[in-house]
Amino acid sequence: MVGEHSARVHEEPVSFWRRYIFSTDHKVIGIQYYLTAMAMALVGGTLAMLIRLQLGWPEAKWPLLAKIFPRGMSGGVMNPDFYLALITMHGTLMIFFVISLGLVSGFGNYLLPLHIGARDMAFPFLNMLSYWTVVPACVIILASFFVEGGAAASGWTAYPPLSAVEQAVPGSGLGQTLWLLGMALFIASFTMGGLNFVTTILNERTRGMSMMRLPLFIWTLLIASILGLLAFPPLTAAAILLLFDRHGGTSFFLPSGLYFGERVLPHSGGSPLLWQHLFWFLGHPEVYVLILPALGIALDLLPPFTRKPIFGYRLTVYSLFAIGVLSMIVWGHHMFVSGMNPYVGEFFAIGTLAITIPSAIIGFNLIASLWGARLQLRTPALFALGAIAFFGTGGLGGIFLGNATSDIQLHDTYFVVGHFHFMIGGVTLLALFGGTYYWFPKMFGRMMSERLGKLHFWLTFLSFYAVFLTQHFLGLGGMPRRYYAFSKFEFLAPIRDMNAFISIAAFVLGAAQLIFLVNFFWSLFRGARAEQNPWRATTLEWVAPTPPPHGNWGETVPEVHRWPYDYSVPGAPEDFTPQTVPPTVVTVTQ
Amino acid sequence: MKKPYAVETQPGRALWEVRLLGDLSGPPSEDGRRNGFNGPPERREGFPVPSARLGLWIFLGTVTMLFAGFTSAYLVRQAGPDWQPLPRPPILWVNTGVLLLSSVLLEIGRRRSASVHRWASGATALGVLFLLGQLLAWRALRAQGIYLPTNPHSSFFYILTGVHGAHVLGGVIALLSLLVLMWRGASEDRVCRRLALCATYWHFVGGLWLYLLLVLFLF
Ligand code: HEM
Ligand SMILES: [Cu+2]
Repeated sequence: MVGEHSARVHEEPVSFWRRYIFSTDHKVIGIQYYLTAMAMALVGGTLAMLIRLQLGWPEAKWPLLAKIFPRGMSGGVMNPDFYLALITMHGTLMIFFVISLGLVSGFGNYLLPLHIGARDMAFPFLNMLSYWTVVPACVIILASFFVEGGAAASGWTAYPPLSAVEQAVPGSGLGQTLWLLGMALFIASFTMGGLNFVTTILNERTRGMSMMRLPLFIWTLLIASILGLLAFPPLTAAAILLLFDRHGGTSFFLPSGLYFGERVLPHSGGSPLLWQHLFWFLGHPEVYVLILPALGIALDLLPPFTRKPIFGYRLTVYSLFAIGVLSMIVWGHHMFVSGMNPYVGEFFAIGTLAITIPSAIIGFNLIASLWGARLQLRTPALFALGAIAFFGTGGLGGIFLGNATSDIQLHDTYFVVGHFHFMIGGVTLLALFGGTYYWFPKMFGRMMSERLGKLHFWLTFLSFYAVFLTQHFLGLGGMPRRYYAFSKFEFLAPIRDMNAFISIAAFVLGAAQLIFLVNFFWSLFRGARAEQNPWRATTLEWVAPTPPPHGNWGETVPEVHRWPYDYSVPGAPEDFTPQTVPPTVVTVTQ
Repeated sequence: MKKPYAVETQPGRALWEVRLLGDLSGPPSEDGRRNGFNGPPERREGFPVPSARLGLWIFLGTVTMLFAGFTSAYLVRQAGPDWQPLPRPPILWVNTGVLLLSSVLLEIGRRRSASVHRWASGATALGVLFLLGQLLAWRALRAQGIYLPTNPHSSFFYILTGVHGAHVLGGVIALLSLLVLMWRGASEDRVCRRLALCATYWHFVGGLWLYLLLVLFLF
């Protein structure tokens, strides 16, 4: 008996290295991703604070900062090259190394097998490889700050010629090369991850977990992974070509007649617009790669706190598919002012307005899920509700931008900056936090502090609006983005104080995140012990022991009998019916 | 506080029924182990395609998108004023034949399990030969004074053949590891599954090469 039992026990790696460092366990890898993203967020957030410092008080001197950044802030005044590097690296870090890593790779890895009743990902070794590919990517990208010329300065979009001509600005040198290298590693890692996600979702579901019984977060993860897998490779192709423009003397993106110094560059015939097309062919789907899992988390956080099923499950799934398809054909809306044929512009505008329909359907499903709810305003619920608000606000701005006519006015102003921060910065960040408050008890076996959590929410939520809603108005007033200082423009004189106001709000926003950090690490050691199912939720991860052991389910995997949203089923013994409850106990609805 | 529901778990009796295609890891594994876990095989709601094969297809999808990206850049750049068509190095025909023959050998090997290692070795050798042939093509161009930056067509030629060559090299490495597996005397089952995956990939890079020839010299 003993012998037979021990043969079935799952081999848990014993050495420290195999267990916590080079682990193939999806939960360890998920937490590794999450912590990596958190570290990168500290850097990215600091950069944002520096940007706001400059924009709020463009002429001021900061002697203390001169000591920390002797080159970038020599004499205490920020130099323009440093400013360009800051905005480039802030965007790059936040989009690829914080949100992608934390939300998609972090929560995705941790939750996916638990949500679908699997023991691990389909390819655990590949999973480990993908994490250890992204670590050097992080190191390389961060190292670029310290090389000759500083970090890349061509924006997160890496537009040529700034990104293609090595002598264009200081950051166009080694910094840009490292940027490309770091991104190449990131893409390789993200591709391995996406491949793993799709295969796992399709093939590793436990018995009874049909596709239409998947939690919506898993659906969003599936569509997002497919989008990533389709959209990143063309960017890789473009990056390879860019690398040869930089170091091989080719002319894919560089036209003739470029002067630098006294010299005419030898390139001829290339087109910078070609890069823009290839970049945005990735860039637009990428924003959905990030927003969809964030919406998935918001959707899944609602039912446990409204004690009722999510509204419109099927419609949401179909909308996800519609978004997936449409998001591949709207990239041109980032290029309305690039001189494209008006009919082409019209095509992209119509596509963009079309994509607002499935987006709005998901938004309305979120709102409709609140109808008749017995709302319990715990911290995760607050964050989910906040994400809905941000999604609506950002979407409203999107409609103005999606119309070529109004975008020509608004393009490259702070209106765009406000819009995309609500989306790619706001919805995703709130989902990331909400998810953390919600799954922390499962991950670490302790609860996070509610009081600090609520404080964190309200400070974040309000200061976020103060910063980014105000930016919409600055954009309407004509304030361009990516400018180092606005003090020389007379027409912008009236809004100088508004910039200072935004900066102060931004500092509040930054400081609020420290509350989260304190809460996170304090709760890790001191938080109240969590029960197995503290939110009285239905999904499979709450059936697993807390924290789940290697292999997740002990001897046998759970079997699923219903969809994940059976809350307040009439006649059920409780107001929640876990997915494992057989139909003999509570009738099955889906 | 009410008691939570009892955890209802699935008995470990069910078996995987049919194996449709080859597999490397994931559900239907030869000794009932999954992902390094002991215990009986578990029944899942998977697709009829085993994970390894599904993963391979998805990977090939990303490679397809990579070359789709290159193609669109190619078509755009080709419309530029400075495009000068490249003379086609004649050795490319030989290389094409070598790569296709290699695919054929692998396919024959799959059907003759007795002598499969010989056919697979032959296919691998031809793969290496193809790579050498591509290097010769580069040399031939360079001998005519045509380098990477000479004109956009030559830039694309070097880069596309280079990226394709890297994929062939990956295939050669996979084939070599297959040969090592055979040489070590792995179970026939395991070899078959690995061989099936290698063959799919190998035919894909063969097809990709035909496509590139078409794009580079016929459009
Ligand atoms: C209602 C749906 C949406 C519409 C109609 C829309 C429309 C647009 C348009 C037209 C632009 C280009 C503006 C310009 O540069 O002139 C834009 C920029 C942007 N959008 Fe959206 N958008 C939508 C949703 C989203 C979502 C869900 C996200 C991300 C999660 C997002 C992230 C971004 C980003 C990052 C940019 C700026 C990129 C840059 O130039 O650096 N958008 N949006
Ligand atoms: Cu877009």
